[in-house]
Amino acid sequence: MSDSSDEEFNEGYVMYRHRREWSDVHPIKQNDGKNPIVAIAYSERFLDVYDYFRAILATQEKSERALELTNDALKLNAANYTVWQYRREIIKALKKDLYEELNYIADVIEDNPKNYQVWHHRRVIVEWLNDPSEELLLTEKILDLDAKNYHAWQHRQWAIETFSLYDNELAYIDKLLSADVRNNSAWNQRFFILKHMGLTLETVQREIHYAINRIRLVKNNESSWNYLKGLLESGDFQISQFPDVEAFTEDLYNSGNRAPYLLAFLVDMYIEKTLHIYETNSYDDPEIFARKVYEICDMLANHYDTIRYKYWKYISQKFRTEKERAKVGPNNDDTPANEEATNSEEQKLNGEAN
Amino acid sequence: MEGHTRNFTEIKSAKFDDENLETLTSIEQIKVENLVEKCFDRIEQLSSMDNTLPYFYRKEHIRFLERCLRFLSTGYECLDASRTWLVYWILQSAHCLNFKFSYEVLGDVIHFLKKCRCPSGGFAGGPSQLPHLAPTYAAVLSLCLIETDEALEAIDPEGIKKFLWSVREENGAFRMHVDGEIDVRGAYCAITVGRLSGISPQNKLFEGTANWIAKCQTYEGGFGGSPNLEAHGGYSFCGAAALALLNDVSTVNLKSLLRWAVYRQMRYEGGFQGRTNKLVDGCYSFWMGSLVHVIQMLIEKNSCHDGYTINIDELMFHREALQEYILICCQKPHGGLIDKPGKPEDLYHTCYTLSGLSIAQNFNSTKQPIVIGNPDNEVLPTHPLYNIAPKAVMKAYFYAQQHPIESEEDLVGCTKNQHNDEQNPANGQKENEGNADQ
Repeated sequence: MSDSSDEEFNEGYVMYRHRREWSDVHPIKQNDGKNPIVAIAYSERFLDVYDYFRAILATQEKSERALELTNDALKLNAANYTVWQYRREIIKALKKDLYEELNYIADVIEDNPKNYQVWHHRRVIVEWLNDPSEELLLTEKILDLDAKNYHAWQHRQWAIETFSLYDNELAYIDKLLSADVRNNSAWNQRFFILKHMGLTLETVQREIHYAINRIRLVKNNESSWNYLKGLLESGDFQISQFPDVEAFTEDLYNSGNRAPYLLAFLVDMYIEKTLHIYETNSYDDPEIFARKVYEICDMLANHYDTIRYKYWKYISQKFRTEKERAKVGPNNDDTPANEEATNSEEQKLNGEAN
Repeated sequence: MEGHTRNFTEIKSAKFDDENLETLTSIEQIKVENLVEKCFDRIEQLSSMDNTLPYFYRKEHIRFLERCLRFLSTGYECLDASRTWLVYWILQSAHCLNFKFSYEVLGDVIHFLKKCRCPSGGFAGGPSQLPHLAPTYAAVLSLCLIETDEALEAIDPEGIKKFLWSVREENGAFRMHVDGEIDVRGAYCAITVGRLSGISPQNKLFEGTANWIAKCQTYEGGFGGSPNLEAHGGYSFCGAAALALLNDVSTVNLKSLLRWAVYRQMRYEGGFQGRTNKLVDGCYSFWMGSLVHVIQMLIEKNSCHDGYTINIDELMFHREALQEYILICCQKPHGGLIDKPGKPEDLYHTCYTLSGLSIAQNFNSTKQPIVIGNPDNEVLPTHPLYNIAPKAVMKAYFYAQQHPIESEEDLVGCTKNQHNDEQNPANGQKENEGNADQ
């Protein structure tokens, strides 16, 4: 919450009520009723500007002086969507130079980078101009100040998608990720670009290596793990299709690493493997993997991710149910006889494996 | 039930490990953990002398709200277009604290909200501003929280319906205002005010909305503000709650949504962050805490279809740890709640941090609440989808039922004369209402 931006006004600022060129306008006070609620202690300047804004809104005056008035109104409160909307109407009515407006809104965005209205205004002006040539530069400038600014990313994605500006985006993302490999917004942007390129086996393979290389750098980084997992899930691939991933994660585990994201990944992997054995009626021993699932869920619940102990207990319990169902199979009746048969089958397999 | 606090010495091992590779993210994270650690260390010592700690500054919070309902400092000028929000944040906070404003004061509130109502339907952020979905949401929730007929009458469902149609896109998404921006908040605000004013989820107004929301789910599992944007706590709550209110979850991946949601709880701080690798913030106590609750509701609903019967009788985040973060790190002793230690109090954080406390304490209606510290720290339950008093939701539903505005033609899949008119409760109600008026 910032204070009224009085400092932005010059020393020689004159109240609207004292300006001769505004003497024909009758200011309208805000009507809060007789026992106001959530009454804000507006500064004199705020009251003055908004009294005159209400007046021009009421008469629908669309003029140069009205446009200037919106400048002052927005300087005092850039989140007033009514003022922005009216400003756009004035610009249209006066056929103002939209490039001038583009410069104006860039300045306002730099002062208020986390505000819905300013970015929306920018977008509308760019749409009217049908010219996105400044958008990547502007958003880069804002992301230089805060590389996770949600509005800036939203605007950037919109510009890229609408005007097909995908070409150099991967390079930009690389730059951001080398500066901060934990910047999740950059990872998300990478996924956005990838989706556009198509999640083919080849791309996914390449991106898996990209992610793995960055996990080697820092293991305890949820962003890179989520990206890896997202690649596999969104492409509808199975982890087993990528032996490198399996080898990488198991090696990491065997080397003693217990990053909770690694452990969570292994849980998913072993669940998938167990259920896959049942689904394909393969002769592999599902219990080898099932035991690992339980074991790692326990480790997470009791040691490495205790804040989520209830979640890991739930995952473990849910897996037990899923496994029982998979064991019975979709085509078998769920009868005690059948259950026994599968149990003995399981024992036999266990025995063989041992 | 008295909750157990975590062992603050033991959990130090959960602090962030930057693996000797410092980046801006890790530097900021470690800074915040150190601030939180100071609070935890202090309470650990103090509670050795007083086992009722951590203390809940209920009276001070109430005084803060009472003051704000009448008077706000110049610093609030930037919220001049969100004044119905200020009202809602105060009333919902007061509800959590079980504090009732006087009948006269609430009369003034209704009077003010009516001044924010627009002739074309919907509410604006303040008098003589344009209608906007967010302030409409805040105004409708405020009126529901007041619960009186006078308040519910002020909602003006016909106006709401007209306004909702004016911001609906063809694909079922909603703009925040006419010619305004489109995001998941729009869909959530629309279905919320719609349902509270008697518009059913089957209304043609919401055709396509669930599908559009589902497109906002990301590879991480959470929802972004619009398709392809980064998964975010606020938008994820809006997305999941909207789907629950629309009775349509067929299109989302609940498994990855749940994983992403529970992962937002910080190992050491106990509070929630809003995005992967971002910092803890008191307001996400509600957005994320309630989201976990909503996801569990959705999973349970789905399990009726797919035959899974896994009992989820426990809220899946760490309820005690969240309360610790709120009570130990997010209170100002002179009243008001905050984002994180060192930040100033404001109404937004007061509302959502208190609402998060309520979510953490109250889950299973058949079990006692879990309360950290003194049993007096207990706050009242809140509705996880609307974030107002659950009783207020029932009253609004009932009132809307008594004053219906919907006809069968408004509904998806219903053509005229499909049903016998006699069987149409809406028609019958309208007649009764007409008679009563005469």
